[in-house]
Amino acid sequence: MDSFAVVAEGVRKRFGATQALDGFDLTVPEGTVCGLLGPNGAGKTTAVRVLTTLLRADAGRALVAGFDVADRPAEVRYRIGLAGQNPAVDEILTGRENLEMWGRLYHLDRATARRRAGELLDRFGLAGDADKRVKHYSGGMRRRLDLAAAFVLAPRVLFLDEPTTGLDPRNRNEVWQAVRDLATAGSTVLMTTQYLFEADQLAHQIAVIDAGRVIADGSPDRLKSMIGGDQIDLVVRDAADLAEAARVLAAAAGAEPVADPDARRLIAPVRDRIGALTEVVGELGERGVAVEDVALRRPTLDEVFLSLTGGKPAPGAGKQAAGKQGAGKQGAGKQADGEQSDGEQADGKRVAA
Amino acid sequence: MTTAIAPVIPRSRGQRLYWTFADGCVIARGNLVHLARNPAAILNLLLYPIVMVLLFGFVFGSAMNVAGGGDYREFLMPGMFGQTMTLGVMTTMIIVANDAARGVTDRFRSMPISRAGVVLGRAVADMVNSVLELAVLLLCGLAVGWSWHRGLANALTALGLLLLLRFALIWVGIYLGLILTPESAGAAWMPLMPLTMLANTFVSPELMPGWMGALSEWNPLSATVAACRELFGNPGWGGDSWAAEHALPLAIGWPVLLTLVFLPLSARRYRRLDR
Repeated sequence: MDSFAVVAEGVRKRFGATQALDGFDLTVPEGTVCGLLGPNGAGKTTAVRVLTTLLRADAGRALVAGFDVADRPAEVRYRIGLAGQNPAVDEILTGRENLEMWGRLYHLDRATARRRAGELLDRFGLAGDADKRVKHYSGGMRRRLDLAAAFVLAPRVLFLDEPTTGLDPRNRNEVWQAVRDLATAGSTVLMTTQYLFEADQLAHQIAVIDAGRVIADGSPDRLKSMIGGDQIDLVVRDAADLAEAARVLAAAAGAEPVADPDARRLIAPVRDRIGALTEVVGELGERGVAVEDVALRRPTLDEVFLSLTGGKPAPGAGKQAAGKQGAGKQGAGKQADGEQSDGEQADGKRVAA
Repeated sequence: MTTAIAPVIPRSRGQRLYWTFADGCVIARGNLVHLARNPAAILNLLLYPIVMVLLFGFVFGSAMNVAGGGDYREFLMPGMFGQTMTLGVMTTMIIVANDAARGVTDRFRSMPISRAGVVLGRAVADMVNSVLELAVLLLCGLAVGWSWHRGLANALTALGLLLLLRFALIWVGIYLGLILTPESAGAAWMPLMPLTMLANTFVSPELMPGWMGALSEWNPLSATVAACRELFGNPGWGGDSWAAEHALPLAIGWPVLLTLVFLPLSARRYRRLDR
């Protein structure tokens, strides 16, 4: 068991009428980054709260850093760090005072807490603003301070609940870099996210969660190949050219494109992204097919999610053979309705609150 | 990053007790820094008593009678002390509700901090805050002609009773703060404010309509205020009712009862945050 930082087996948690976790299974090897990916209301936050001893599961078992979260919560708490959805830092105190306070609360002696605060401020790029009050910090700085607070004890397992939600791209990159650094230094990180690209950027392992259980789990590459990877999205100017464009696209992509005639749109999954794109554009130009728009894009979370759950794809989204395989793995009968993919379920909010 | 970071893991009962106090001090200190750095809170701390003493002492006071006679401002000040202690429950409630909403409570709970230490920190910070409030109010009272007339020991006992009430209300505040959202905690002064007046704080219950007077006399706040008037030697204490005649024991009994009810309730509520 020592090689796994997190082990969850059949964890169940119910809030009133909502089954927030419904047989949640997950193993995260020591020293890796695991992205827990899913829409709002899927149970991500509930899972994190159970694993960080904040919530008691109704059933199942969870070990964090080798200790059972239900039986030995105190041992677990010495070995984890948690950064929740909102930075739980103190606005009135300075960055340095925050970290010294958290250090003291982690039972470091005064001198160690002070030294550790200095180290963390350096490490998270906050040294220049260490003595400013946190209320003057940007969103990214707050998040980094929050990560630093979670990292005071250099915990074996770090839990980050949607660490970049609400951040602009620059601040997001700062947080990503901080997470990468933590992982490089040997911590295990379990982070939740709603964004596939974020999990793709950071995680060694992605677990897709829906309705309280993990429905797919693997490396980003494996997951992407399961759901079809990147795709070429092509719009022709004249609907009459659709058939010819489809032939060109099929040849370049090596897969039959999906057509949406009303939008004059064709979508095909590709492996050799740039090669296929160059070929399609060149070939269409030679044949005199006027192209209005052509783009390479990744599947959105909606598409990933829908293909994994075997639901109908969103309008305009390609339903790929690989996606169907993924769906087949789950077994039949699971239907994802629009409400789930919209992600703004009232239940999700309550669970997260 | 090669520094050894070795937290002290308390194993014995003595160590746990020590860390409960240590955690409490750290948390209390953080909270008091808030007070010191928040100009609005300081202004509020100073201005509220001054405005209220002027408003009630002079504006309304000109039309007020004290049952049994006596100077209204002498009558008023113990009421103001009691009201301020009671409204202190708002401070506790709002901070507890905010900490829960902002994830601070969760961070505490995910850390190896003693649960009792968190509460202790809250209690110490609130008590320090209330002592300051009481001190400001006391000075205001002295400035408008209020004083104590039965010796320093009695006066200090009265202040002790006021702080006892405030202490009891910490548990009420923690319990309600853990139940309410910050918004509804902030709105709680709507029912609370009239409740502090439906007492002997500003008007003698004898002068109210019968049922309202009876209600006011049994208000826990009235017991403390009546006992303070007695101990300070201010006018307006005593009366025909049982509650008014036993103000002193009630001023101890009510807070003890509140603590006995709400301390376990708030501890239970805190433990049950994991449900």
